[in-house]
Amino acid sequence: MTVASAPILSIITFLPLVGVFFIAFLPRTPGGDRNARHAALYTSAFTFAISLIVWFNFDRTTADFQFVEEAAWLGPLRYKMGVDGISMPFVILTTLLVPLCILASWESIEHRVKEYMIAFLVLETLMIGVFCALDLILFYVFFEAGLIPMFLIIGVWGGKRRVYASFKFFLYTLLGSVLMLIAMLAMYWHAGTTDIPTLMTTKFPYDMQTWLWLAFFASFAVKMPMWPVHTWLPDAHVEAPTAGSVILAGILLKMGGYGFLRFSVPMFPLASQDLAPLVFTLSVVAIVYTSLVALAQEDIKKLIAYSSVAHMGFVTMGIFTFTTQGIDGAIFQMISHGFISAALFLCVGVLYDRLHTREIASYGGLAETMPIYAVCFMVFTMANVGLPGTSGFVGEFLTLLGAFRVNTWVAFFATTGVILSAAYALYLYRRVVFGALEKASLKSLPDMNAREIAVIAPLVVLTILFGFYPAPILDVIAVSVKKLVMNYEAAVGQAAALTVP
Amino acid sequence: MSLDALIAYAPMAPELVLAAGALVLLMVGAFSADDADAGERIGWLSILVIVLAAGTILLQPAGSVSLFDGAFVIDAFARFVKLLILAGSAVALMLSFGYLRDKRAMVFEYPVLVLLATIGMLMMVSAGDLVALYLGLELQSLALYVLAAVQRDNVRSSEAGLKYFVLGALSSGMLLYGASLVYGFSGTTSFSAIAGIAEAQGAAQNIGLVVGLVFVLVGLAFKISAVPFHMWTPDVYEGAPTPVTAFFAAAPKMAAMALLMRTLAHAFPGLEEQWLQVVWFTAIGSMLLGAFGAIGQSNIKRLMAYSSIGHVGFALVGLSAGSQEGAQGVLVYLAIYLAMTLGTFACILAMRRGDEMVEAIGELGGLAQTNLPMAFALGMLMFSLAGIPPLAGFFAKLYVFQAVVKAGLYPLAVLGVIASVIGAYYYLRVVKIMFFDEPRERFAPVPGRLGFVMAGSVVFLFAFSIPQIGTPIVEAAGAAARSLRL
Repeated sequence: MTVASAPILSIITFLPLVGVFFIAFLPRTPGGDRNARHAALYTSAFTFAISLIVWFNFDRTTADFQFVEEAAWLGPLRYKMGVDGISMPFVILTTLLVPLCILASWESIEHRVKEYMIAFLVLETLMIGVFCALDLILFYVFFEAGLIPMFLIIGVWGGKRRVYASFKFFLYTLLGSVLMLIAMLAMYWHAGTTDIPTLMTTKFPYDMQTWLWLAFFASFAVKMPMWPVHTWLPDAHVEAPTAGSVILAGILLKMGGYGFLRFSVPMFPLASQDLAPLVFTLSVVAIVYTSLVALAQEDIKKLIAYSSVAHMGFVTMGIFTFTTQGIDGAIFQMISHGFISAALFLCVGVLYDRLHTREIASYGGLAETMPIYAVCFMVFTMANVGLPGTSGFVGEFLTLLGAFRVNTWVAFFATTGVILSAAYALYLYRRVVFGALEKASLKSLPDMNAREIAVIAPLVVLTILFGFYPAPILDVIAVSVKKLVMNYEAAVGQAAALTVP
Repeated sequence: MSLDALIAYAPMAPELVLAAGALVLLMVGAFSADDADAGERIGWLSILVIVLAAGTILLQPAGSVSLFDGAFVIDAFARFVKLLILAGSAVALMLSFGYLRDKRAMVFEYPVLVLLATIGMLMMVSAGDLVALYLGLELQSLALYVLAAVQRDNVRSSEAGLKYFVLGALSSGMLLYGASLVYGFSGTTSFSAIAGIAEAQGAAQNIGLVVGLVFVLVGLAFKISAVPFHMWTPDVYEGAPTPVTAFFAAAPKMAAMALLMRTLAHAFPGLEEQWLQVVWFTAIGSMLLGAFGAIGQSNIKRLMAYSSIGHVGFALVGLSAGSQEGAQGVLVYLAIYLAMTLGTFACILAMRRGDEMVEAIGELGGLAQTNLPMAFALGMLMFSLAGIPPLAGFFAKLYVFQAVVKAGLYPLAVLGVIASVIGAYYYLRVVKIMFFDEPRERFAPVPGRLGFVMAGSVVFLFAFSIPQIGTPIVEAAGAAARSLRL
């Protein structure tokens, strides 16, 4: 088969760099800027098209890594790429969101367009690489290299406090990651390899697992972000340009959850079991506390940022139930949150492009002048709340189901988060879209144009489609999740058999 | 001299080539016109001599040879570091011509002094005896003192030269005192003989030997500007003419670090427990001081001085593992640091408006909008110095930390990575100034030579992330590390 023999994952990963190469040689003129936009859009759209080939050729009946490529890299480090059911959806999510982001930045980015498009395409390469890497250090390289373009995107094209936000983002994430690097090196010396599939079957000693788990947790908890290390996120979200927020919420946050599923749970099952109560506590605090914080926000983007933290709380909770439902739900929640939060930020971007303010109080009564917008925003608000019929419901329901089997109290408190999310989301919607149209500045607002509809429409369709028919995603992840849970139970069961006489 | 003797001295070919070249060029310079063109011509000829010397190293057979009763050792380690030193000297020379012309200081003595300093460094790397060590070190240092003060009519340059001389002489004195103590308590100056005595039972109770070791370490810590003997670095870096600073940051650091490694590994293997404590302390101190000290700096040369202190700390982290992996890590670190430093100084030398150099970091404001290629180069160099993947600086840190983790020194590893995060702050600040701030007045166009060095170093930064490209360097460093007795 040709698809299997071609290094297709490398092609997807590095294809955006081809676009970068073209854009780098464009002149710095209005025409050059236009060509840069087009080149970036076509490159990323083409990447998406090729990633669909992988999606349709993906064998849903095996939990093994597929499309594996391997080459010598540097000493014992190997360039090894591959996808399984857990990483596959994230690859597609990435390739899907990037073209939408570029389309969303079409008019709102006016300065240094070339650099912007280059930064975005480089970021796409690095994000896809994170989800495809099957070597520890290769993963780390992709994981952390993403900081550079994101730092520049926030810092150059961001809002008023962009410098503060970009530094906070960079240093917070870096501090978490470097501890993970030490853990990775310790794993290398213990197992003698940095190959991820091999490490997944390596049994690390019990006390070592705890330390390794904590070091990985430091990185992923910041990335996720989990309470109390979430404080960089609202700043970064508020200051980043619209597309930057979309990528941040849609994909970068998911790297944390992906990391838990790829490293923490399969490689350190005993530590995961021991420390699950910690994760549950932090998740529940995140769900309840940040939902309450979201209720008090005056800035639309900040509100959505806090709501992201709360939704990621469901994800961590789901993962650490170690049940099929919980982990299925966590992955589904991450994918669906990828659509929903991305779409919400795009909706904010639509308003921001018109009025250049994100203050909730400056809006009101938009339903009269912007009906299409009001409908789209409504869909995503409902999805954010987790209304049945939207993809948000499926994820939250499955994670709660998993949590209920393991710990009723965790499920109980998390469920209050669902109610709170309804409170802040609907309150936001009422203040922005409903009410009397009193402010003069709002009276002549044009509704969404064709480009904006083209950006948001696919997300509307996917949100509702997966709400009614989640099977396409659940089918892909099912076998891999089942294997993950089985391995976890085997490892924990063995340890229990050893300790109980 | 008979032919046999010449063949016996063949392993010294690089030093001999350099010495002959330096003397001939000194004569040529003395008898040619006293202008900048002649000076530059001699500069290019010096680069040619350095390239020839490097060629003789590449032609040397593998394995180790020692001459003069073990006083002069040539092994894979020496060859690796010598190539780094020669590369550093050659590129630093190339960087200096434009600057020296502008400052009307392009005298023929300058390249000749660089050659003499380089011979000293090569001798340091090969030293297998305390006397040879001191000879190499002093030849290097004396040439460097003069180079720091090469702009005679500039107060800052003269001040830097004087400071460097006084503090350098002090450190040489301490080194000499330590060496004499070691000699007094062991009865020999040869590394291998000292090693025999230091490995004997109860050597740790031989207080004279241990005190001597500490004084030798102090002297060498001065030369690599490790905490707590780093104070001269910011002043000398700032005061010396920029190309001289580039040279200081590149070549002598390599030589002094190599000398430190060989002295500890070959002369004091039995006292490893003792010297490791000192190395740990200086490593931690240098990393933290480099990270915190640089935060408040507004002059880019001072910033690079603190940055170099920090990087010496990271390199010492590798040494504190006390293993071959550690030594390999240090060598990889040195190779990568050399490329990053030279690239960064090429950028600093390109910070010119008219004939005037500017050194304030704030003057880089908005460089991304006035000169994007240069801003990109300096930005990538900064990210690399901060150790962000996929750039080479990350791999440098990866190799030293992997050795430390293998040795089980987790506290050191954790402190190291925390220092690297703190350090990232000031590197990011430079990026922020170039990319986020409003544009300042343009710099003068970048001269071709500087652009060449910048481009070369940026290509190097990405080399390690491409499969197979970085492998030869890592393998050569591994072979070099194996020839050390760690």
